Amino acid sequence: MRTIMTKNSRWMNAGFQIAALVLALLFTTLILLAAGAPPLEAYQNIITGAFGSLRKFSDVLVSWIPLLLVSAGLLVTFATGLWNIGVEGQITLGAIATTWVLRELQDTSLSPSLILFLAIVAGMLGGALWAALAGVLKTFGGVNEIFGGLGLNFVATALTVYLIFGPWKRPGVASMSGTEPFDEALHLYLFPELRLSPWALVIAIVAIVIVYFLLQGTYFGLRLKAVGKNFRAAYRLGIPTWQYMMSSFLICGALAGIAGALQVTAVYYRLIPSISSGYGYLGLMVAMLVNYQAIWAAPIALFFAALNIGSIQLPIVLKLDSSLSGVLQGMLVLFVLIMEGIRQRISQRI
Amino acid sequence: MDSTTLIIGLASIFAAAAPVVFAVMGETLSERAGVINLSMNGTILLSAMGSFAVAVRTESLFLGFLTGMLIGAIVALIVAFSSITLKQSQVAVGFVLALVCRDLSYFLGNPVMGLAGPRLPGWSIPGLEAIPVIGTLFFRHDVMTYLSFLIIGLSWVWIFRTRPGLMLQGIGERPAAAFVRGANVNLMRYVYTVLGGAIIGLAGPTYSLSVKAGWKGTISGLDGIGWIALAITIFGGWNPLRAAFGAYLFSFLQWLGLVLQPSLPNIPSQVLQVAPFPLMILTLLLVNIGNAEWVERTLASLPEPTRRFFARAFRTMRASPPAALGVPFERD
Repeated sequence: MRTIMTKNSRWMNAGFQIAALVLALLFTTLILLAAGAPPLEAYQNIITGAFGSLRKFSDVLVSWIPLLLVSAGLLVTFATGLWNIGVEGQITLGAIATTWVLRELQDTSLSPSLILFLAIVAGMLGGALWAALAGVLKTFGGVNEIFGGLGLNFVATALTVYLIFGPWKRPGVASMSGTEPFDEALHLYLFPELRLSPWALVIAIVAIVIVYFLLQGTYFGLRLKAVGKNFRAAYRLGIPTWQYMMSSFLICGALAGIAGALQVTAVYYRLIPSISSGYGYLGLMVAMLVNYQAIWAAPIALFFAALNIGSIQLPIVLKLDSSLSGVLQGMLVLFVLIMEGIRQRISQRI
Repeated sequence: MDSTTLIIGLASIFAAAAPVVFAVMGETLSERAGVINLSMNGTILLSAMGSFAVAVRTESLFLGFLTGMLIGAIVALIVAFSSITLKQSQVAVGFVLALVCRDLSYFLGNPVMGLAGPRLPGWSIPGLEAIPVIGTLFFRHDVMTYLSFLIIGLSWVWIFRTRPGLMLQGIGERPAAAFVRGANVNLMRYVYTVLGGAIIGLAGPTYSLSVKAGWKGTISGLDGIGWIALAITIFGGWNPLRAAFGAYLFSFLQWLGLVLQPSLPNIPSQVLQVAPFPLMILTLLLVNIGNAEWVERTLASLPEPTRRFFARAFRTMRASPPAALGVPFERD
């Protein structure tokens, strides 16, 4: 009897999720029609823009790497019941720390691979440090992590702009195009003819696998989830709640910091003002969409990355703004939340 | 800087703060009822774009502002429906809406980007404008700035001096008790969230049809305002007067950044524009730290005069959110 029930509800779940996808597509189609654009052509452009050639698909993977890293980190903070909106700033600080180490060491006799390794570790620490600030504000200052994090995001952006226009400005004239690009020896290795770095890909995949096992198979993960599910009960049971919350912030910040480090060492080769590229906010949506289950993070992040890369075609071919991908991604999450609410209401009535 | 320039500069702070005041008052009403409307950043952008597009097409400022309110109300309705009726997380729904509405405004705003549009004319109040200093400061603005003054007073009187306002406090603090006393908690939450949303929706057109007239897409400089307004709402401790003070303080700091720019040539202008944020975090910390348990413990161990001084300082700054903020109400 019980198995039939769960099987039924699993089918019902899937049905509601498909309905959410259909509604999100329907809404986006209406928006396209409202903008006077041909919807089918727009979708076709997105698909060929993401999967039309090996090069395009490798670009999707380039965008998948930071998104996956950030989503992996956010799965940990969500498990602990924390809304780490400060993740954008944590990516940025990772990028800043990496740029700093590269700048300091580029003229030394150290081998380039060692410099790159140290720079990525620095990025990790930079992200963790920024997350620790949000964590301290939350656990000791009583400042909600959403507001502390948001404020720190703005500070991180200001710091980036200050560095680009101030101490790290390009010889000659400082500009929004960023700092002086690093020497080719300090670029992470890329596949020939592509923009994709195998090292970055491996790091991202290892990160999500670690997070999966951390949350599913360890005592530490279980306790993190206990803190997230019922803070008071966990506290009464003797779990040192603030230490678990801080660890969770640190893990997420470290992963976001690596994402920022890889943007510097494998994508832009310099620090640019919008180095986080919105991957933090996108990662929050991925983590919400997978309903905090690590196993789904990789495919959903790939889907989101494909939408992002595919929509780059829109302004060129159809004179539409590329923010359409954001509309589709957001509506998908919104409808999934709404359908989940409707499903719960219906199953309560039964 | 001579005194006339200074007074005109200070007067511009009130005009520049008007949209922030609308956003903060709308959010305060909504949160007083127990619903966090986290979508504010997107709502402001979408209502700025939508009202500008409508005003350009119809050449009617009135329809423009109406569109802004309508957009704010609809977004708030989605937040209310998902959280009150469907019991989904307010933070999740609001956050997603903040992103979707932002992207929608950029996507749909593409055709009207950079167009010349109507702008709200200034309207000095006859008689009052002639008063020295005060006249320039308060009575030489446009209608929306006057409305922003008015709404601060109205919100305060409504919340603290009327019967429905008392009920509003009740449904945010102790919904069960309010329910027993005959309040339809969920209906009232719907009403205040949608009303608050409509007021937030005034912020957009106040930018795009007055303070920063026009729509320039991603470089409109409006992205981020909604998040600041959220922080100011907390800083304001859900009290309209204190929240208005926060909005004006923020506006003042931004103005100060612009004024100081020429004398600090080594600091890029983008840095001074964000100067209020670290300050905002600091104030949030000061507002909240009195609630932290370790502070109370440390205070208790201090010698008496020091303890009393710090305890009083923290109590003055402290603000606690409505007790039922973000908590769905179930009658049982």
